[in-house]
Amino acid sequence: MSDDTFSAMRQSIIDGAPDTASALARQAVAAGIAPLEAINHGFVPGMHAVGEQFGQGKMFLPDMMASAEAMRAAMAVLDPELKKLGTERPMAGVVILGTTQGDIHEIGKMLVGTLLSAHGFRVHDLGVDVTGEQFAAKARELNADIVGVSALLTTTMRNQRGVVEALEKAGLRSQVQVMVGGAPVTRKWAEEIGADGYAKDAMSAVALARSLMEQKTRSAVAEPV
Amino acid sequence: MRPKLELLDRALVERILGEAFQLIEDPGVRVAPYVVDLLGSAGVTVENGVAHIPEVLARRMVESAPHGFSLYNRAGMPAVRYGGDEVHFDPGSSCLNILDSETQQSRPAQSGDLVRLVQVAEMLPQFAAQSTAMVCNDVPQEIGDWYRLLLVLWYSAKPVVTGAFSASSLHTLLELLAIESGGSDAVRQRPRAVFDVCPSPPLNWSEFASQNLVDLARAGVPAEIVSMPLAGATAPVTLAGSVVQHAAECISGITIHQLAAPGAPIVWGGAPAIFDMRTGKTPMGAIETAMLDLACSQVGKYLGLPTHAYLVAGDGKAVDAQVEMESGISAVLGALAGINMISGAGMLDFLACHSIEKLVIDAEAIASAQRLIEGIEPRAESLAVAMFAQTGLRGDFLKLKETRALFRQEQHFPSAVIDRGASGVASDILERARERVEELVAGYRRPEISPEREQEMLAFAEREGRKAGLQELPGVTNVECPSQVS
Repeated sequence: MSDDTFSAMRQSIIDGAPDTASALARQAVAAGIAPLEAINHGFVPGMHAVGEQFGQGKMFLPDMMASAEAMRAAMAVLDPELKKLGTERPMAGVVILGTTQGDIHEIGKMLVGTLLSAHGFRVHDLGVDVTGEQFAAKARELNADIVGVSALLTTTMRNQRGVVEALEKAGLRSQVQVMVGGAPVTRKWAEEIGADGYAKDAMSAVALARSLMEQKTRSAVAEPV
Repeated sequence: MRPKLELLDRALVERILGEAFQLIEDPGVRVAPYVVDLLGSAGVTVENGVAHIPEVLARRMVESAPHGFSLYNRAGMPAVRYGGDEVHFDPGSSCLNILDSETQQSRPAQSGDLVRLVQVAEMLPQFAAQSTAMVCNDVPQEIGDWYRLLLVLWYSAKPVVTGAFSASSLHTLLELLAIESGGSDAVRQRPRAVFDVCPSPPLNWSEFASQNLVDLARAGVPAEIVSMPLAGATAPVTLAGSVVQHAAECISGITIHQLAAPGAPIVWGGAPAIFDMRTGKTPMGAIETAMLDLACSQVGKYLGLPTHAYLVAGDGKAVDAQVEMESGISAVLGALAGINMISGAGMLDFLACHSIEKLVIDAEAIASAQRLIEGIEPRAESLAVAMFAQTGLRGDFLKLKETRALFRQEQHFPSAVIDRGASGVASDILERARERVEELVAGYRRPEISPEREQEMLAFAEREGRKAGLQELPGVTNVECPSQVS
């Protein structure tokens, strides 16, 4: 496949153009291009560029949402092709997301979930008003790597502590990393409640999730067998 | 002439209302089971938790809401008037953190901090009302809402802007209010508090909010709708579109409220904000946020309803030029718009933190705003000629009796927080604010309350506190110096 095609794939993500991304993915399949090659050399570099430009203040959240949508459109074509080949895209990690108990705000969590998915994480969104026990049960069921807990209100932010405690009580704390976020949440608060990380926005949540996965992998390697 | 600022022309207000009435019918408004029968009895179709409210009914309910009401002080005198273009300010509400006076670092607020803030706000005439400004981290979370109210009622005689954190705890707060006021009839006749009730954007009256609306209406205690569209995230990105959503949330809330008790007092209020497309934050100090507040309030006024907005808050993390610029601008805009209750003073960091030093600086901005809306008056038959007749071209106006008689009406005199060149004042505004806080706390005296009511309040607090494992009543029975609280 030509560099021009990869470049067009990358651009379709930057432009946030799901129809174009989907069409390019279908063309790649028709041309016999390995789906992983299209993903890794075409579409993923687009998401990386979007992340960079967002960090530089050149792109904004609506642009990023459109890019994530374009990524999803491309993957909707390529994922079944990967399955046909008996393989799948290397998965960055399993993340359980939810808004904390008593809080019904979706937006921050939705942004984080969209971007994590676009960056190769398998995301399970528990929705809003989620108890610590619900987080723990789903983390156990899906053998999650990360639990991400959102809160918009100062009053409900305190329930993030309950999620950490519920994971401890369920005996899952050593396997599951906890990241917290939301308007009133601070790094200090994350430290205070014993979370593993805090992200100030959706893009940093992706970086944080990656870093937590690296830590997890390192500690798994370091563990004596 | 009183200066007034309006952002919408009549035609746009009508369009906003037209679309708002359209929205509450289709797609409708999500409501809780608690109000389904109430709405159904008025002919509203509720399908899958979504109420489709006809415009005719909603208009009738809006008309049944009172155009004004008063909040009363402890002495039973009206102290805050909601309605018309009356303008009042109160500190921001329910903050979890305080900017420590010494370190200027944010830390979890304690009961001692709330006590100190209430004492300072009590001393400042700029604040017509108190708010249950902080959640005290040294009391159990489940009693956090009524405990704030206890401390405010204990240390203040002013009206209070408050709110419950759950459906059930509202009744605990109402019970406390009734004890302090001398019974539930007294609360109904001369309410001392207004209760914030928040719909969830977009167009969702949750179980908690629905229940609070109905229960407040039936108790005859004023409710204040705090609708919070986030333009571009949980509401349309256009300011006009978000104002429509705000109106639809308020109108649907008023419909539920008035169906529960026609004529019960309710406020068209809100804390709308734009959604920052770079950070995902909700900047309370953004000019567009203030524009939303003003426009939302104008729509409420057009319907003849009492109004509320969230202004005078800044977004920086320190009491600095940014935060005070944002707070000062919005204080002036809110006053010019004639918003009845303007909440938010003292707050910074996207409403995540309170600062008592900021509160006293904000009080100066508020005083300036209050002076502004007094406008320019002729004061006498002759504006200048009569005074010139006395001085000629000598220009010694300082000697004129008119000067002495009128300068106090013409000029507002700020406290020493504002550097007007007096000798001996600190060059740093934060230092001047700290000194002002100390001065106000030193001058504070706890308003009197009858020993019987005080005992009843204590008995209530001890009983309810014990249920949550509270051994003492922080801030009441062991008032600590906030600087010693960590």
